[in-house]
Amino acid sequence: MSRNLSPDNTTASGLELRRVSIRLNGRVLVDIDIEIKPGEIVTLMGPSGSGKSSLLAHICGTLPSGNAAGFEVGGQVVLNGTSLDGLAPQDRHVGILFQDDLLFPHLSVGGNLAFALPSTIRGRDERQKRIDEALESAGLDGFADRDPATLSGGQRARVALMRVLLSEPNALLLDEPFSKLDTELRDQIRTFVFDQARLRGLPTLMVTHDPDDGAAAGGRIVNPV
Amino acid sequence: MAETLRRGPIDSMLRFFPAFTLILMIGPVCAGLIGTMLPAFGYLPALGGDGISIDPWRDLLLQPGLAISVRLSLVNGLVATLISLSLVMLFCAAWQGTKVFVVMQRLLSPILSVPHAAAAFGLAFLIAPSGWIVRAVALFAGWDRPPDIVTLHDPMGIALIAGLVAKEIPFLLLMTLAALPQADADRTRQVALTFGYGRVVGWLKAVFPRIYPQIRLPVLAVLAYSTSVVDVAMILGPTTPAPLAVRILGWLSDPDLSHRFLASAGAMLQLILVLVAMAIWRAGETLAGFWGRIWAEGGMRAQGDGAIRSFSAGAAVLTATVVFLGLASLLVWSFAGYWSFPEFLPRSFSLHLWMREYDMLGAILGTTLVIAVLSVMVAIALVLGCLENETRRFQIPGQGVMFLIYLPLLMPQISFMFGLQVFFTGIGLERTLISVVIVHLIFVLPYVFLSLADPFRALDPRYGQTALCLGASPARVFWGVRLPLLTRAVLTAFAVGLAVSVGQYLPTLLIGAGRFATVTTEAVALASGGDRRMIGIYGLLQMILPFAGFALALLIPAVVFRHRRGMADHNRI
Amino acid sequence: MRVFLAGLSIVAGLATATVAIPAKADPAPDIGNWQSVLDQARGQTVYWHAWGGEPRINDYIAWAGAQVQERYGVNVVQVKLSDTADAVAKVLSEKTAGVDDGGAVDMIWLNGENFAAMKRNDLLFGPWAEQTPNFAYVDVEGKPTVINDFTVPTMGLEAPWGMAQVSFYYDTARLDNVPKSAQELLEWLVKHPGRFTYPQPPNYMGSTFLKQILTELVDDPKVLQQPANQTDAEKVLAPLWGYLEDLQPLLWRNGQAYPQNGASLRTMMADNEIDIAFSFSSGEVSSAIEAMELPDTVRSYVFDNGTLGNTNFVAIPYNASAKAGAVVLADFLMSPEAQLRKQDPRYWGADTVLAMDKLPEDMQKAFAGLDLGIASLSPSERGTVLPEPHPSWMELVETEWQKRYGVVQ
Repeated sequence: MSRNLSPDNTTASGLELRRVSIRLNGRVLVDIDIEIKPGEIVTLMGPSGSGKSSLLAHICGTLPSGNAAGFEVGGQVVLNGTSLDGLAPQDRHVGILFQDDLLFPHLSVGGNLAFALPSTIRGRDERQKRIDEALESAGLDGFADRDPATLSGGQRARVALMRVLLSEPNALLLDEPFSKLDTELRDQIRTFVFDQARLRGLPTLMVTHDPDDGAAAGGRIVNPV
Repeated sequence: MAETLRRGPIDSMLRFFPAFTLILMIGPVCAGLIGTMLPAFGYLPALGGDGISIDPWRDLLLQPGLAISVRLSLVNGLVATLISLSLVMLFCAAWQGTKVFVVMQRLLSPILSVPHAAAAFGLAFLIAPSGWIVRAVALFAGWDRPPDIVTLHDPMGIALIAGLVAKEIPFLLLMTLAALPQADADRTRQVALTFGYGRVVGWLKAVFPRIYPQIRLPVLAVLAYSTSVVDVAMILGPTTPAPLAVRILGWLSDPDLSHRFLASAGAMLQLILVLVAMAIWRAGETLAGFWGRIWAEGGMRAQGDGAIRSFSAGAAVLTATVVFLGLASLLVWSFAGYWSFPEFLPRSFSLHLWMREYDMLGAILGTTLVIAVLSVMVAIALVLGCLENETRRFQIPGQGVMFLIYLPLLMPQISFMFGLQVFFTGIGLERTLISVVIVHLIFVLPYVFLSLADPFRALDPRYGQTALCLGASPARVFWGVRLPLLTRAVLTAFAVGLAVSVGQYLPTLLIGAGRFATVTTEAVALASGGDRRMIGIYGLLQMILPFAGFALALLIPAVVFRHRRGMADHNRI
Repeated sequence: MRVFLAGLSIVAGLATATVAIPAKADPAPDIGNWQSVLDQARGQTVYWHAWGGEPRINDYIAWAGAQVQERYGVNVVQVKLSDTADAVAKVLSEKTAGVDDGGAVDMIWLNGENFAAMKRNDLLFGPWAEQTPNFAYVDVEGKPTVINDFTVPTMGLEAPWGMAQVSFYYDTARLDNVPKSAQELLEWLVKHPGRFTYPQPPNYMGSTFLKQILTELVDDPKVLQQPANQTDAEKVLAPLWGYLEDLQPLLWRNGQAYPQNGASLRTMMADNEIDIAFSFSSGEVSSAIEAMELPDTVRSYVFDNGTLGNTNFVAIPYNASAKAGAVVLADFLMSPEAQLRKQDPRYWGADTVLAMDKLPEDMQKAFAGLDLGIASLSPSERGTVLPEPHPSWMELVETEWQKRYGVVQ
């Protein structure tokens, strides 16, 4: 499993945010300098609207730019020794999970996973095998043909995580990923996500306003500014 | 940063979509505008007008009853729009999320495929003093001649407003349905219910403010249409005097060609009138927003809203009934033998007229379909290209540019046609399929844009972000995620565009120079003979293609996504 | 505009270079040499812009097209219009765009004001009509309107196609005595208020009714043959306005609403909304009975002192693409054979423009043997044909009517 899914760790040096700053119409939202090692989970804590999500979008490369959007960014994002600046989002190998699972409603569970599977993995059988393995490791054997809308919240959250992992990211970003789950489920999914991140040695940056999340991650807790 | 992203060839091409759309539109639209504006100031060399003068305006202002015509256009447009919007909103407020709602939307959506003129003819036969309703009464009352009362063509324009409302309600309902999922209406409504708000008040206070911004464009389109409508106004509207747009048509059709100067000035006035109507509407929005906030924050719960709910359902049922009865009358007429007052049904029925048209039908429907599909496909490609470009580049085009695209909707079509003819004749493309498709595009594109823009922009951007971060290229995100999620919206836009294209009379006739006989060119020509049988036949024939379009827009997502419950939110009808 | 046109011509150059739409220049046919006209016409396609509101007329046009195709190899396509003004507008737009050759309109069915406007603005090709072979049969002597279209001399710019005369009609099942003059109509309406109306001017039929009344009431009808500005128009029109003063409140809906055209009158007749209506052809009434639009008890009649009559024509725009073809078609339309079929109510039921005494004997017999239809008036029943006033009177009446009665609110 992990042989197949985890990225090539030999050159992995983690995710570095070198003096990264984001301003919105002149106001400083984020000003941060941090290095996240492979397998480390850093929690970025702050109140809502403090620009935490903007930081994640910036790392992904999906932050609206240009005058109309009003964002000004500075600093450098480096992943495994390579600068991400100027790279298209799809070329960054940065996975992200939002508070909503955002499973594509027009695709089956298997279809959602196949969407994430890199095209370098060829052959119908091979691709199917990867998907089945991923579902199995999430405790969802045989769910490939299911309609995502028929899954429970916890099942959907797990599919969403497996989808990200199948895309072979080199870093994982979590944007309040547990806030919509009920308490019982929250612990369970949290553990599942953190375990998977550590298992694959992914540098993980989690944005949250829930102190429990930070405590559960057990890593460093930082502020956006 | 997006500016520096690596791009594939398609992605680079995408940047030019807005410009390309504008170039395609700007020539004809400006030609149409200039062709109206210059004669309005006395310049039309072919008729000996070589200089600039304000005589056309003086002539216009001297027209008897001009002020009344202007008032009729303005008031009718505003009132029809306000009533349509209120009824649709009330109905949604009262019934959204219920079985009644589903049934009614199924009932109302086919009305969209009814051409305005056909719906108006149907309504006219229903409410005329010699119409079906009076005939039903006459059967029992023993009348042998219709009462001499004014119902149609009433001086206040009430019949006209009724006709417009009946036709615009389904359109606004469809647009609202497309907006509901993005406004998260279901959950918002439920939250309001838990606060103890009555269904209607809760919806109006919590959901409406989120829906309205999404349907503002369609509402303004309805306003522009209602203010400048010609065909419906001729069938139902006042004539002594008529609303401004109808009088412009009269001046333009006047055999005395010098009336064209006057008509052009009238068309400019009509444009101003539409803009004034919009300004009034926007002012009303602001006021309503102000009072609405006070009302919403006042906390009034109004749980006993049974009366409003019954009323709104009644209005919806009445709308559907009126239009369907009108259509039924067209159908009966199309088979009718001699049929006089006060007979409730014709004395005899005959297939004769249908048989007579049957031979030509294939060719006519074929031509209609080719023009419609081509123009709608191009329109959808352009609109999707523009919207996708704006998503990728995080930019929304300036209002000025958008105004240009909507301009053809704001002016009386007939005044626009002269400049368009000169334009297409000048570039040597008149009489060709390509020019007919382009001229249809001019009128189709705005409707496709306003059907598609709001749902596209309201799509959760995180779907796209997620997909990109999963390693999908922007092209794959578009084809694999955004487009499938927008299946219903795209198909609806397709159906709306199809209906608009099929309905084009003057552009097809004049730009095609009569080389392209469509269902509508035949229908309008034959309708001028006044035989209700022919009006019935072609009214129904005009419905076939749009109806098929709307049916497909309903069926395709239902079949393709039958195992995807989550798509229901994205594919509601 | 100049910049606009210059811009247009540049784009036009590009477009024609890339798309290469042939704008064939059609040399003016030499009408005097008929064989050369026929030769030139062969293979041409004539786009005939004609009102298309009547299926029977459309069918007749299709028949005529098939005939010229078979006989002369000329292809005919009817462009069905709801309003003849659309064709005039088309030619006007082409002139504006500088398309003086290869225009889209090859022939127009028109008369009266449309002809006057096109003639005045040099939008017509010709003269050609009077040199065509079949013009020899036209009743120039007996029907002066065949060369004077609403008093405007046609000068060979259009060929006569059909005759029209105002006739009234009523349902014999509902009405016994009908008013046969303007004055009687008024008296009848006093007893039957609301049972008559006319289409709202400037609709053609509505204006025609006003002209009919004017012609009847005016002291000296001859003044109407001159342009209105050469007389004391106010005084001439005074009797008409005096009459309408009494008539208007007695009209259907008290004159607050009007039917929009002659076809609506027919519908209102069928709906029993009115008792008396009028049209420009009693044959049209027979056709309407045949088409089950009117009951078979409807009959036509004319006023005792006569009713207005005129001629309708076909004309060729100055920039037509197929002038020779159009001339050949127009000539065929004037042929005894085509005119015979046109007068036959089974096909159309419109009166011929030909002079019976100029026709070959067999054709005279064929015309005499026609069953004109139950509601059609035979020549002897038609009474006096009154000449149309000069078009300027129509404009004046329409404008003044609009002021007096067009605004009731």
